[in-house]
Amino acid sequence: MDHQIYTVTEGLALQCGQTLAPLDIAYRTYGTLSSRRDNAILICHALTGDQYVAETHPVTGKPGWWERMVGPGLPIDTDRFFVICSNVLGGCMGTTGPLSLCPETGKPWGRDFPSITMQDITEVQLKLVDHLGIKRLFAVIGGSMGGMQVLSWAALHPERVFAAMPIATSAYQSAQNIAFNEVSRQAIFADPDWHDGQYKAFGTIPARGLGVARMMAHITYLSEKALTRKFGRRIREGTDARQPEGMPLLFKGMFEVESYLRHQGSSFVQRFDANSYLTISRAMDYFDLAADYNDDLSEAFPHSPIRFCVVSFSSDWLFPTSQSRSLVRALNRAGANVSFVEIETDRGHDAFLLEEPDFDRTIRGFLKGAADHAGLQGGKNQDERQKGAVRHAV
Amino acid sequence: MRFDQKLIADMIPDRSRVLDVGSGDGTLIDHLFHEKGCDAQGIEIDMRSVTRSVAHGLPVMQGDADHDLADYPANRFDYVVLQRTLQAVEKPREVLNQLLRIGRYAIVSFPNFGHWRLRWQLLRTGRMPMTPVWNTPWYMTPNIHPCTIYDFIALCEAENYKVEKWLAVREDGCAAPFSRSLALANLFGEQALFLLRKA
Repeated sequence: MDHQIYTVTEGLALQCGQTLAPLDIAYRTYGTLSSRRDNAILICHALTGDQYVAETHPVTGKPGWWERMVGPGLPIDTDRFFVICSNVLGGCMGTTGPLSLCPETGKPWGRDFPSITMQDITEVQLKLVDHLGIKRLFAVIGGSMGGMQVLSWAALHPERVFAAMPIATSAYQSAQNIAFNEVSRQAIFADPDWHDGQYKAFGTIPARGLGVARMMAHITYLSEKALTRKFGRRIREGTDARQPEGMPLLFKGMFEVESYLRHQGSSFVQRFDANSYLTISRAMDYFDLAADYNDDLSEAFPHSPIRFCVVSFSSDWLFPTSQSRSLVRALNRAGANVSFVEIETDRGHDAFLLEEPDFDRTIRGFLKGAADHAGLQGGKNQDERQKGAVRHAV
Repeated sequence: MRFDQKLIADMIPDRSRVLDVGSGDGTLIDHLFHEKGCDAQGIEIDMRSVTRSVAHGLPVMQGDADHDLADYPANRFDYVVLQRTLQAVEKPREVLNQLLRIGRYAIVSFPNFGHWRLRWQLLRTGRMPMTPVWNTPWYMTPNIHPCTIYDFIALCEAENYKVEKWLAVREDGCAAPFSRSLALANLFGEQALFLLRKA
């Protein structure tokens, strides 16, 4: 399928020592870059997200993953801001990843794709930002793994970022999260269709393994309360009497929650590549920002000029508020300007993708306040802005 | 804006770096940014107020005076403001110490327990006083460390803080007229407002 792509001919030297060249970066933009090129917002997507933030997804036909947040008049207002989102390095929606051809062999990288880090992912985004001629991003925003990229940006390129919103995230991947990722990976490895990562050559995909990985991960995105509210102990209609084929009597009838998870698993494998999942989830596991700064997180942000807004969700147990709070403490030690909000919700980690009015207000307000401080032209007088605006060539 | 917040704002020069501890709905930092070009941030314990402030575009974080001041580097701010909160913190002496570590100046306001109405009620009824300022019964009050203006001045002396300026303030926030006599202020001031720096 065709994605909008910028190709970096000279490629990128990865932290592991290997160089990926040429390097494709698949991306989408929304809104108009101002003549001063000062209104760009980079949105960083999560583990299984992609660049289709605010438009119908070309594979699934479903709305963009943050369509309710990004658009004209929405909290991330494309009438005012120029929004960029690129598929992460190692992804499977057009950016160079395990599905891309290895220049040496002429075959897809598959499981031989180099090991990447959050820093590599960020450096690839930087190449795109340079290509778009943007000296300083007005804001970098991301939830979950996207938040890890936001923190990488803030630590590595503070002069290129005016405001940063790390949402439902952490400055390191916790042991618990590594554990969950490991179970996901083992589920993929255990699938006979995995073929040691060479499933393409066998014309298969490890659908069962990847599906189970997604099912388990999905539980971690929710909360006990949300599951109870959504499904309770309800049995799916019509499944009670009929015995699923090949299943012992013990499993007659299917709980609503089981049916939901199976659906999540099976729809996921239609759009996501197993080797990409392994590559990116591993990059998350390696993420520990403080480790590069003598185990003192505040040293990652010395005298940071960036305005931060840290957001957590009260029922998120994958990236709990305590981790956001320790990030806030480190930012305060570094003398940064920090806002910090915990949104009260029972919907768990997934809340950052869902309808949460307080969260919407927080994003809208923070961006408005930051725009005042950045001296950005107002969103009201659009005619004047558009006079001086350059439509970006795509 | 409450009148005593106006008095606080008047103590702060343009373009100062300010931290408002207990920033409430963010009125003061909003004023300091828009009217005085200050780099003003807030800490607020109540999450609803924090969300409302951030949604208003103000840099505010959820936290409290007892636990979150220790993180800031020394002299991070020019002015640190603590409004009507000192009597409710766990460790007032430690909080004051932090205010003057992270800020060059501290502006502290608190309700004066030496006010005549409190003294009179305690004397007359023998019960814990209840007034419009001190309006929660003893078993529910968050104000666990009440003090008088004299008490506060004694603490400043003991800790070697210099009182640059002080004002007695009525409950409605207006500056009370007896600003020259501490004894009168301690008797008639419902609220006290101090500008401190390290000696």
